[in-house]
Amino acid sequence: MEKFEKLTSVAAPLPIANVDTDMIIPARYLKTIKRTGLGEGLFANMRFKEDGSDNEEFVLNQPAYKDARILVAGNNFGCGSSREHAPWALMDYGIKCVISTDFADIFYNNSFKNGMLLIKVGPEELDLLMDDAGRGANATVTVDLEAQEITGPDGGVIKFEIDSFKKHCLLNGLDDIGLTMEKEDKIASFEESHKAAQPWL
Amino acid sequence: MSAPKTLFDKIWDAHLIDESDDGTCLIFIDRHIVHEVTSPQAFEGLRTAGRKVRRPDLTLAVPDHNVPTSDRAAGIDDEESRIQVETLDKNCQDFGLRIFGMDDIRQGICHVIGPEQGFTLPGTTLICGDSHTATHGAFGSLSFGVGTSEVEHVLATQTMIQRKSKNMRVTVDGELPLGVTAKDMILAIIGEIGTAGGTGCVIEFAGEAIRSLSMEGRMTVCNMTIEGGARAGLIAPDETTFEYLKGRPMAPKGGAWEIAAGYWKTLKSDEGAKYDIEVTLKAEDIVPQVTWGTSPEDVVPITGAVPDPADESDEARRNKMERSLEYMGLEPGIAMRDVKIDRMFIGSCTNSRIEDLRAAAEVAQKAIDKGRKVADHVDAMVVPGSGLVKAQAEEEGLDRIFIDAGFDWREPGCSMCLAMNADKLTPGERCASTSNRNFEGRQGPGGRTHLVSPAMAAAAAIAGHLTDIRDLD
Repeated sequence: MEKFEKLTSVAAPLPIANVDTDMIIPARYLKTIKRTGLGEGLFANMRFKEDGSDNEEFVLNQPAYKDARILVAGNNFGCGSSREHAPWALMDYGIKCVISTDFADIFYNNSFKNGMLLIKVGPEELDLLMDDAGRGANATVTVDLEAQEITGPDGGVIKFEIDSFKKHCLLNGLDDIGLTMEKEDKIASFEESHKAAQPWL
Repeated sequence: MSAPKTLFDKIWDAHLIDESDDGTCLIFIDRHIVHEVTSPQAFEGLRTAGRKVRRPDLTLAVPDHNVPTSDRAAGIDDEESRIQVETLDKNCQDFGLRIFGMDDIRQGICHVIGPEQGFTLPGTTLICGDSHTATHGAFGSLSFGVGTSEVEHVLATQTMIQRKSKNMRVTVDGELPLGVTAKDMILAIIGEIGTAGGTGCVIEFAGEAIRSLSMEGRMTVCNMTIEGGARAGLIAPDETTFEYLKGRPMAPKGGAWEIAAGYWKTLKSDEGAKYDIEVTLKAEDIVPQVTWGTSPEDVVPITGAVPDPADESDEARRNKMERSLEYMGLEPGIAMRDVKIDRMFIGSCTNSRIEDLRAAAEVAQKAIDKGRKVADHVDAMVVPGSGLVKAQAEEEGLDRIFIDAGFDWREPGCSMCLAMNADKLTPGERCASTSNRNFEGRQGPGGRTHLVSPAMAAAAAIAGHLTDIRDLD
């Protein structure tokens, strides 16, 4: 997994609450057996018109946000389906960090397992960042995971909280299957006592 | 004496392998269901790393999202869909996993077949790469919907890394009025708590109205727990649960059944157990529900009207409401009962079980008795949840009732719940659907979804517009 340490980028505003994973990537793009190339379907129903051409009104199609790698979104981002294609699509498109007041649980876990940072901030801080993001190309935001800080275009700093295990894995690009396999002895001994307690399983 | 525990605490504790100082836990997973959409990249990951499936005996695979619901003799037309289904077959062969293939009568929607086979059992931990895994909580199985990385993690290690969720309890007291179903109950609950109301929580459903539900009804309630944002839903197992499970092919038999059932009877929250969040509803207050917008929380009683965004003070919510109404092609203030539909879908892991089909068929039979049929302008499809549900429905003659009343009777699968196969809405089409999500584009790009119960869906198909099932009698 790719490491995440620090990121400076224009931030794209998406001030919609409850952006669901069907919006992030519609089901017709899930018919793949690969993890790559999903950026094509990112926000497809909003990004493209019915004839397939770009919808100029959608934030990521606006020239100011062409290179945005940070998304500032409304509450409960990533709700709905458990499809990991949602973080794959965001990452493949180039979005490495999403900031919101809250995220749906499954999407939150899926994102961290792919090296994407999700940051939860308070409602007032989100309003501030949404305004910053609205200023377009000249308003870059810096996210520093080690320091747990977001620095806005005017130098204002917002501190954020993050689970220490998730932070550790992201900073070091760790694959958690490998970490779990180091606990094989514990798993095997649990398995044995569990089998004794519930032999019908 | 130790502190009183909730049902969730008990199952969690019985599966905890390791807990780090920072609260990160490693838990054992008893049951894993795999389908074709979220698993190919997980198997590929195993191959790349040279890893095996740790416990093939605890895994069951089935293709469901992509399978056609029309005649299957010709296979799958769509190349990408076909490749996904074939890839699942090959992965199961390579890694030694049980699979109910497309031609197996046991094939069906993963959340229908697990319980149907007795693979889902009380007190177990269960995962599947699908958010509606919450369904299995109806059996008192702690069931998590996960993404592909976690599917791979469970295949490789039979464990899952997780922090313990909070305990939330939703109690529905009293008795549901006539014509009001489990679907209406869960939609009303989501309307009450909101689509993020359960974030970070495992919800235990309790109360007389929940206890009175059949297993099918309980599965409908738990299925949509994810639509309330919760990690999982749980209902304590009881005689209804045991009666459903006894004799199922994969359920314990003979002496093992007796021992298992003895343990399962201990699986209920202790008196005085603490919950972080409590919500209580009165069953008597619930009327048939219908969604008006593009989130399952956008729900109103069928007797109600489309709400006005002008009345919403929160800006982000107002934006979402305006966006929803524009997408849905609805004006504030319109009575829900006046909303005309083009399509009707009965099916999905929420409502495709035998009891759901019986409820819809009863409405269809009443229509036939009155000389009525599905409205001319409505295309209505009924998709059973599994091959076995289909067979049972046909044995009961439900298929004949549907066909005689003008409904289309199809093969099992996920179908138009998420439009991955050929069943989908065209832009602007409006559908009364028994599925679980009314998201933008969920049933096809530009399609408009109104979530309802099976009886309400059938009634809408016949009336040609959304209608109150209670008006039929």
